[in-house]
Amino acid sequence: MAIESALGESVVLTRTDKVLGWARKYSLFLYPFVTACCGMEYMATAASHYDIDRFGAGLPRFSPRQADVLFVVGTISHKQAPILKRVWEQMCEPKWVVAFGGCTCSGGPYDNYATVQGIDTIVPVDVYIPGCPPRPETVLDGIMKLQEKIQNQKQEL
Amino acid sequence: MEKTATLARELNIREMTLHMGPSHPAMHGTIRMFLELDGETVVSSDVEIGYLHRGFEKTCENRTYHQAIIYTDRLNYVSPLINNFGYAMAVEKLFGVDVPERCKYIRVIMSEICRITDHLTNVGASAMELGAITAFLYMIKAREMLWKLIEEVAGGRGVTPSYVRIGGVKDDLPEGFQGRTLEAFKVTREVLQEIHGLLTKNRIFVDRTKGVGAITADEAMSYGFTGPCLRSTGVAYDVRKAQPYMVYDKMNFEVPVGTNGDNYDRYLVRMEEIQQSMRICEQALFSMPPGPIKIDDPRITFPSKKDVYGKMESLINHFKLFMNGHGIMPPKGEVYQAVEGANGELGFYVISDGSGRPYRLRCRPPCFMIMSGVSRLVNGGMVADIVPTFGSVNMIGGECDR
Amino acid sequence: MEESLTLKKLRERFPASIIDTHSFRGDDTAVVKRVDVVDICRFLKESPDLSYNFLMDLTAVDYLQMNNPPKTERFEVVYHLYSIKYNHRVRIKAPLTEADPTIDSLTPLWAVANWLERECWDMFGIRFDGHPDLKRILLYEQFEGHPLRKDYPLTGRQPLIGPKN
Ligand code: SF4
Repeated sequence: MAIESALGESVVLTRTDKVLGWARKYSLFLYPFVTACCGMEYMATAASHYDIDRFGAGLPRFSPRQADVLFVVGTISHKQAPILKRVWEQMCEPKWVVAFGGCTCSGGPYDNYATVQGIDTIVPVDVYIPGCPPRPETVLDGIMKLQEKIQNQKQEL
Repeated sequence: MEKTATLARELNIREMTLHMGPSHPAMHGTIRMFLELDGETVVSSDVEIGYLHRGFEKTCENRTYHQAIIYTDRLNYVSPLINNFGYAMAVEKLFGVDVPERCKYIRVIMSEICRITDHLTNVGASAMELGAITAFLYMIKAREMLWKLIEEVAGGRGVTPSYVRIGGVKDDLPEGFQGRTLEAFKVTREVLQEIHGLLTKNRIFVDRTKGVGAITADEAMSYGFTGPCLRSTGVAYDVRKAQPYMVYDKMNFEVPVGTNGDNYDRYLVRMEEIQQSMRICEQALFSMPPGPIKIDDPRITFPSKKDVYGKMESLINHFKLFMNGHGIMPPKGEVYQAVEGANGELGFYVISDGSGRPYRLRCRPPCFMIMSGVSRLVNGGMVADIVPTFGSVNMIGGECDR
Repeated sequence: MEESLTLKKLRERFPASIIDTHSFRGDDTAVVKRVDVVDICRFLKESPDLSYNFLMDLTAVDYLQMNNPPKTERFEVVYHLYSIKYNHRVRIKAPLTEADPTIDSLTPLWAVANWLERECWDMFGIRFDGHPDLKRILLYEQFEGHPLRKDYPLTGRQPLIGPKN
């Protein structure tokens, strides 16, 4: 008791955060919400050439309850939007969302009646990966950005 | 019989309704299936599409003829160049012009490379859905080699290259392209060999695909099936042979057909088509004549970038083609142009009112017709058979829903 | 130019219902009265020396903003048929008025007409009499209006969730 108060709360807390962040950032379980063209680049990134596994994100889970990163890959139409929201709601905390491709960031080339103009109008987004579609290198860069964010954020237990 | 009925009553057996998708790994995120099940058997089914409806046709009506090219990329995003060329050919038909010989050869080569990548992706992905992840990784390896070729030529990786220009193509093939293509084909052939070893006689794969999702030729035609799905039923309809466009009439190739119209035959037809496509590519690469790659008509094609920066006339020409209210203006009329896409006949129906924007641009998506028959394919089968069946028809959301 | 066999036959068989024919850039086209569309298609499909066994495409066009030249009827339903046996194509067009955009369904002839007609209804609001289940296909039930009509704005979004526009 005495030691803790002498050190101050923050020291201990930061350490736990760091350890947890380190653990979390290298075991990303993706939920690829693949709808459109960007899915082809997602496939390419996941396959052996670019090998997303090197970043600890190699195991896609197709159940939102087992995943902690929602990868929204491809155009989200207004018909699709409620489903995306539902999937996001079903994921357990802690969870992150990555907007993969121009369409998810802003609507991309589709500024019309059918397309959601950026998924951040529906779910909160942590990392935006621009490009139409983003090259695999960009995707990996995005994953590293996400890892950085996970490392530095306050970890909830 | 009576005993079963009593048992059923006692166990309280009834038909069950199951929703499959849209966020289901095998439904590609864009399909929802409503299934009526009796045990594991599908009694009836209804397919709902439209989750990827992006307003292609409406958007293109509000863009100029050249701006529409990038949207055609995103129809069938696994073989975008075929869409590009199909659309460009439709507009060229409106103008009544013919592109130079070399351009046609380039278009043939690039179309066939795209067809290969499409089939590789499809076979790989549907094998993966049956558990054969190795096959998927091998095929993506080959696809990556081919995408590198596309990137060299078009500047974009295989998904959205936008390589075509109305009246020609963006650039000539780069130096040494022929050698690198042959190199990539060598890898592709090896991969195909390996895949044949892994899948074609694999007991699990054969059991899950043979006799599953079968359809007869007459029904397939009534549903408007084209492409590998129709050919697997034994009808040798291929736009490249029936109504040759570009330089397909000068190429030597066969149209592989199946007999049963089931998943296994669709797989075999696709595998054989990859071989044929490589054959076409090689012939075209060796017989390609030198010459211009776009027609020389300042009202249709862009001046080259070098001229735009170096010559006044070209700069003005460039300006005219891009300014609002100018641009290329095909004569008034309507045309339908079909090409053989990776999934079947891909048609573009363009109506021009003489202005710089298409009055109506309709795409005949081969997937849409095939999807309308999917319920017929899965009815009467097992729930688990939906996955290979759906995988083998190669539904591409961008094209099906547009 | 010589008129193609299909157009000639059509003219012979349905002299009263053919409004116009042309072959722009080699695409044979017949503009017909909407009441006879099913009969004409059945004739094209079943007559042995035409045998158009494929309904390749079915779509519609909204001519509201066409002013070169303006059209009297607002809509036109467009059918593209193809025959595997003879390797020829034909385009059939049937004009519809704005007040009554209705036409008979082709579902008895081709199974694919089911979905194509649903799409046409979804995008243009053209009703197909005799269709077994005419409902939206690409858009959602809550959507109001028909987006491919020329008077529907390009960005007329109708989100189900999230901010309105
Ligand atoms: S960002 Fe581009 S490539 Fe990705 S889904 Fe949208 S249109 Fe397709």
